[in-house]
Amino acid sequence: MQAFIALSRRPGGTFAMLAVTLLCLVAIAAPLIAPYAPNAIAPANRLMEPSWQHLLGTDHLGRDILSRLIYGARVALGISLSVIAISLSTGVALGIAAALSPRAIDLAVVGVFDIVTSFPSIILALALVAVFGPGLGNVVLLVSIVFIPHFGRVARAQTIAIRNSPFIEAEKVLGAETWRVVLHHVTPNIIGPIFVLACMDIPVVITIEAGLSFLGLGVRPPLASWGNLLNDGYTYLDQSVWLATFSGLALVLATLGFALLGEALRDTLDPKLRKAL
Amino acid sequence: MRSASLQIHLGFKLATAALAVAGSVVLLMALTRLIPGDPATVILGSRATPEAVAALNARIGLDKPLIEQVFSFFGKVASGDLGEDVFNGRPVLSLVLNALPNTAAVAVAAMLCAVALGVPLALFSARWPGGKTDRMVAFLSVGFISTPSFVVSVFLLMVFSVHLRWFPVLGAGESGDLGDQLWHLVLPTAALAAGWVGYIARLLRSSLLEILGENHVRTLRAYGVSETKILMKYALKPAILPTLAVLGMGFGELLGGAVFAEVIFNRPGLGSLIYDAIRTRNYPVVQGGVFVIVMLYVLTNLVADLSQSLIDPRERARLTSGRGH
Amino acid sequence: MTQALLAIEDLHVSYRGHDSTAHILDGVDITIGRGQSVGLVGESGSGKSTVAFALLGLLGDNAEVSTRRAAFDGRETSLGMDEATALRGTDIAMIFQDPMTALNPMFTIGTQLVDIQRRRFPRQSRRSLWARAETMLADVGVPDVAARMHRYPHEFSGGMRQRVVIAMALLVEPKLLIADEPTTALDATIEAQVVEVLDRLRQRTSASMLVVSHSMGLIAELCDSVIVMYAGTVVEHGPVHVVFSRPRHPYTRALLACEIDPYAAFDLSQDLATIPGTVPDPAFRPQGCIFASRCPARHDRCSERPPRRQTGEGRTYSCWQEAA
Repeated sequence: MQAFIALSRRPGGTFAMLAVTLLCLVAIAAPLIAPYAPNAIAPANRLMEPSWQHLLGTDHLGRDILSRLIYGARVALGISLSVIAISLSTGVALGIAAALSPRAIDLAVVGVFDIVTSFPSIILALALVAVFGPGLGNVVLLVSIVFIPHFGRVARAQTIAIRNSPFIEAEKVLGAETWRVVLHHVTPNIIGPIFVLACMDIPVVITIEAGLSFLGLGVRPPLASWGNLLNDGYTYLDQSVWLATFSGLALVLATLGFALLGEALRDTLDPKLRKAL
Repeated sequence: MRSASLQIHLGFKLATAALAVAGSVVLLMALTRLIPGDPATVILGSRATPEAVAALNARIGLDKPLIEQVFSFFGKVASGDLGEDVFNGRPVLSLVLNALPNTAAVAVAAMLCAVALGVPLALFSARWPGGKTDRMVAFLSVGFISTPSFVVSVFLLMVFSVHLRWFPVLGAGESGDLGDQLWHLVLPTAALAAGWVGYIARLLRSSLLEILGENHVRTLRAYGVSETKILMKYALKPAILPTLAVLGMGFGELLGGAVFAEVIFNRPGLGSLIYDAIRTRNYPVVQGGVFVIVMLYVLTNLVADLSQSLIDPRERARLTSGRGH
Repeated sequence: MTQALLAIEDLHVSYRGHDSTAHILDGVDITIGRGQSVGLVGESGSGKSTVAFALLGLLGDNAEVSTRRAAFDGRETSLGMDEATALRGTDIAMIFQDPMTALNPMFTIGTQLVDIQRRRFPRQSRRSLWARAETMLADVGVPDVAARMHRYPHEFSGGMRQRVVIAMALLVEPKLLIADEPTTALDATIEAQVVEVLDRLRQRTSASMLVVSHSMGLIAELCDSVIVMYAGTVVEHGPVHVVFSRPRHPYTRALLACEIDPYAAFDLSQDLATIPGTVPDPAFRPQGCIFASRCPARHDRCSERPPRRQTGEGRTYSCWQEAA
């Protein structure tokens, strides 16, 4: 509760909370609030301007832009939350395991993390998609790989810090198993930073997914990813600007909302993290 | 203990960089091996004859074990051979070298713009923290940072090329006509720079404020050294160090962003080369292109790291002589 | 009667927090005569450094400063940020306590020594300021100055850095020199050298000095009179030989007792350990005598504000105890 009050005090904090809440509600209630089916084609109504029938106009196949954007929120949130869930769990598990393993294994894991991060993230995502092909499932799995090192490093660093602290020694002397003790102490210590990191990574995941889809290498059309919508809008830019405008704005709203929320959370939960992240 | 000398430091950095590049090559190779089904079949289509598949596999070296592929790749890279285009047999190296200047132009121009705008904004913000400029810069920079560059590209294209017709829509301009080429460079550069202006402004602002709180600044204030001089001289130099490290990384991310800018503005370059290769499953070109980007990324990081050590007199003293204190 | 260089009556400094206000200084009076050297002594948290920073206007923007009267060199001042800015680097100069952090690590000593003179000598050429700096460095005992001017702070030892910081203050030829814990961050042998530099300087310059320190020894060595501070108030002040040989206030006595403790020089926390209790929270100051909760001679009247007593030797102290 305190966190919420602190959040609303920050510049942009209220906007962030509103934007994120709005997106979540829209994504959940998509079938209830979308005025049309997202893939209902009506070639007679193609590239219409905003009107009372179609509040945000229609695309080149006569599909209702508002409905597609609403379903697009589902795609964006669904994919980004799945990606974060996968990379967070894998990364944390790998990080803790590496920290508790013999030095050789630890170094190997760290080396893999380093190699993964020696690619610019969008380039790695592109390379992976190039190999495994586009599609919803592939995008989720492949983009997750890009983000594993983020969580892995935080978890590993915290585990090492805890592992070497005197109270762990004390508990070991009392006969507790190392990994049990570490898990017990590490978990509360990493929850804060990991949560903040997850929140700050969401807009990046949304961007990468939309980017891949925009290039035709992400979610396959006709699924209404904002990236696909933006690409449709881009293709017909000389005939109608509405689709490009609104899908772009949807992306900005989502990334800005989550970015501001992540920052606000970071500053509220743990001011010390300011430098680390 | 004597401090490490410049050579050792350099050597260590280079070794780390080389390891990162080597690792990424292994990863790239392993990925190509992981292609579901036979890469050659994927490339040539399911109706290709077994002979054609075997021939292609042999040509791009996919019939050999992974380790051998990796080593032969390095051997070839050392001799300047990045493989051949699957479709027309052109050497990947020349494709990449032809594309590189266009991409480098956009990336460097974007980085320069970002620095030229971001640094003054940071100085203004740090001079009057909490003031109007500061709050506006803070808001704008979060906005710019979080807006995907391809959205910016599409919006710029929409407003300035399609609607206002101020700038050319597509392409990189007539070759040989420098003015035309620069004209074509404006929008892609703006699209890529926007996020980095915000990023640099914010990062530099926070390190400036941190430095301004340090004791040596209080000393200068106690002697009535003007606030402007403190900011522009005594705070800026130490504050630029962390920003420099980020710029190194940023350059790599810019190369990534260049993929979008090149595709959207239909410019030839490394990004559009990789993009087209991915769409046509032209794996040697993807491999070569990504390899070069990783190389550049690692290299710029290295340069940023070294220049950081050269700016800081403490580091410089430690590095150049081992004389230390 | 000659006019004092600095006369401040009833100095208050407070920081306003969310729901309480912390009073760091509560009615401090300070008078420094021309050419006189005054010591300001007290344990950590007594507010002695705050006095120094208030004089220079170096307190943060959130500090609230007020005085009944403040005069420097015959002119009334307000100690607000602007007036103090005018005095900074010209009439008042400060020797900072931690030479490790008081100098910018990215610039040579020479550059920094030139820039701090700019306000005092706006019309002089850079070359002549550089020459002045060289001479002054040599004067405070830095060897091989010509080369040293081009060196960075990290290439100097702690003692040499402290000399640089002292040279800085002397370069602007101030009327008042403030030394804030000039030896605290140094080890014992270097401390002796720096004290010697300061002492020589005191004999030579006509400037007045304000020495802020927790060390009674340093103040006895460098000062004519002493102000003993506790929790933002002055508990006793007077000539050094009077106050130190016959302390009246129980806090002064306790401080002097600590000084004899052989470990005091090595372990700052030892200072506090020998006086039971801690300095009261500046946000919740007691009604009566501020020292009552830790005083060995406490009695019933100490819940009221103690009177200010004079002993005729130029000493004033605030305590209910009669002069004995």
